Amino acid sequence: MREVQWPRNDYSRVPYFLYHDAEIYQEEQTRIFRGRTWSMLCLAAEIPLAGDFRTTWVGDIPIVVHRAQDMSVHAFVNRCAHRGALVRRETSGNAKSHTCIYHRWCYSPKGDLIGIPFQRGVRGQGGLDKSFEKSEHGLEPLRVEVFKDVVFGTFCSDTEPLSDYLGPMMREHIATLMKAPIKVLGYQRQAIDGNWKLYAENLRDTYHASLLHEFLVTFGLDRATQQGGVAMDDRHRHNLTFAVASSDSDAEANLAYGAHSLNSDKLTLRAPALLKFLPEFEDQRSLSISSMFPNAAFQRLNNSLAVRQIQPKGVDKFVLAWTFFGYADDTPEMSEHRLRQMNLLGPAGLVSMEDAEAIEIAHRTSRVDAKRHSVIEMGGGGEISDRNYRVTDVPLRGFWSYYSELMGIEPEGAVR
Amino acid sequence: MITSEQRFAIYDLYAQYASTADACRFEEWLDLFSSTCSYRIIPRENYAAGLPLCLLLCESRDMLVDRIVALQQANEYSIHVDRHIISGIRIKPMQGDLLSVEADFLIGQTDSEGELSLYVMGTYHDTVCVTGERALFIDKMVIIDNGCIPHAISTPI
Repeated sequence: MREVQWPRNDYSRVPYFLYHDAEIYQEEQTRIFRGRTWSMLCLAAEIPLAGDFRTTWVGDIPIVVHRAQDMSVHAFVNRCAHRGALVRRETSGNAKSHTCIYHRWCYSPKGDLIGIPFQRGVRGQGGLDKSFEKSEHGLEPLRVEVFKDVVFGTFCSDTEPLSDYLGPMMREHIATLMKAPIKVLGYQRQAIDGNWKLYAENLRDTYHASLLHEFLVTFGLDRATQQGGVAMDDRHRHNLTFAVASSDSDAEANLAYGAHSLNSDKLTLRAPALLKFLPEFEDQRSLSISSMFPNAAFQRLNNSLAVRQIQPKGVDKFVLAWTFFGYADDTPEMSEHRLRQMNLLGPAGLVSMEDAEAIEIAHRTSRVDAKRHSVIEMGGGGEISDRNYRVTDVPLRGFWSYYSELMGIEPEGAVR
Repeated sequence: MITSEQRFAIYDLYAQYASTADACRFEEWLDLFSSTCSYRIIPRENYAAGLPLCLLLCESRDMLVDRIVALQQANEYSIHVDRHIISGIRIKPMQGDLLSVEADFLIGQTDSEGELSLYVMGTYHDTVCVTGERALFIDKMVIIDNGCIPHAISTPI
């Protein structure tokens, strides 16, 4: 892997080649996604019954999550130990075992190899040698932990316990979001032509939110003038961005946005029910989105609840998979409200459709000129710490700091 | 019994739908919907699984108008040209002036440098009202086969 020359040790300059280098991408799979991190796999509500399975991703590695007959949850790499074919092709289902279609090797819900056709050959000819040990050829397992009905997995036996990895900030955010049994409302997916780290940054960038997403500003869903801020875990790898609706006035916002011109005096919605916020959490936050290193985000925007999973698909592409949900005891009206408010987010989201374009135009222009770099200095350089204001991109430097630690590319005297 | 007038009115409606959307003539596009319309885009994955979540949901004409206004005044999206190819229009009578119409669509998208890509493909499941020579959408459901949407959804599908 080529040496990374960081222009500054506080990650306020990020070399563009980190988004484009094929060797870096391979190293990320090894050191980050297979490294000492926890990735979000799915929601427990997606595999409620014994035998339920769901396919998912950790980085670019295909995974099966399976609930066994004893209700324990297991995860393993979805790749046959024989010839490397995908074992489970469906996105979800219920099964007692997993059989690869190629040569019908069969695996238990825990990923153990339990069946090999013609293992002893036919009429004493062919087949596997007697020394072949099935127990050595199971599907590669992940360690699994379930926290508040969210299923997480890690490849490393020495990754810190999930609870420590999440830290108090992420634990509290997830616990609040998953405060009651949930009901999945459906899925949205989008394929974005950009490097996955551009989205990890986007999630941590409160500076862009109210500038790129004009709908947010116009209708007061998220403005730089609102009460809010960013909070990170101790290691600055995760991030929470939050805001309190109606904590500023249109006049105050107009003054701040000035030349950028707020549309709120020109634009009104004919069907304002879309924007209605029905408080349902103890805090008064109307926007609260946490991003967990390396692959997930947990979202509350008004009453729209979702988890997002980042699935890298090579240097130049990632899939963003959204799972929207409500609570099992939602009234029919509340379910309708959540389904309506989904309009704000996802690939067609009134406040999120811009992200795909922003990431694609940032990715496209930086393929060459490897020595050039981006500038990350809103909220100042140097120390990485929480901010009680919203015009900041400090959490991006937190992301790069932990990323560099895992990748073994920290500059001398690196800020953490 | 479907009359030839009804059939021609419906064929015209889909031709107008494609051409107004592709030319970004959104006011004329909106005029193809009745005052009590609904419009939704749903990935086939959710539709097939009976999951209610859409990609875009307008339960009234007002919500549809809001979408268009937001698109024109608040949203940023890729500079592109879409081309709808609609075919296989299948019409069934319902009751009175109402007809159930299904049709398949394919949209090619061309970017600002002239590069074409296949964007989305799917089926419309619609309810159409025909009065005289004029057909209007009462309900339009866009079911997208490739539910993993390339880029994003901005202009009408």
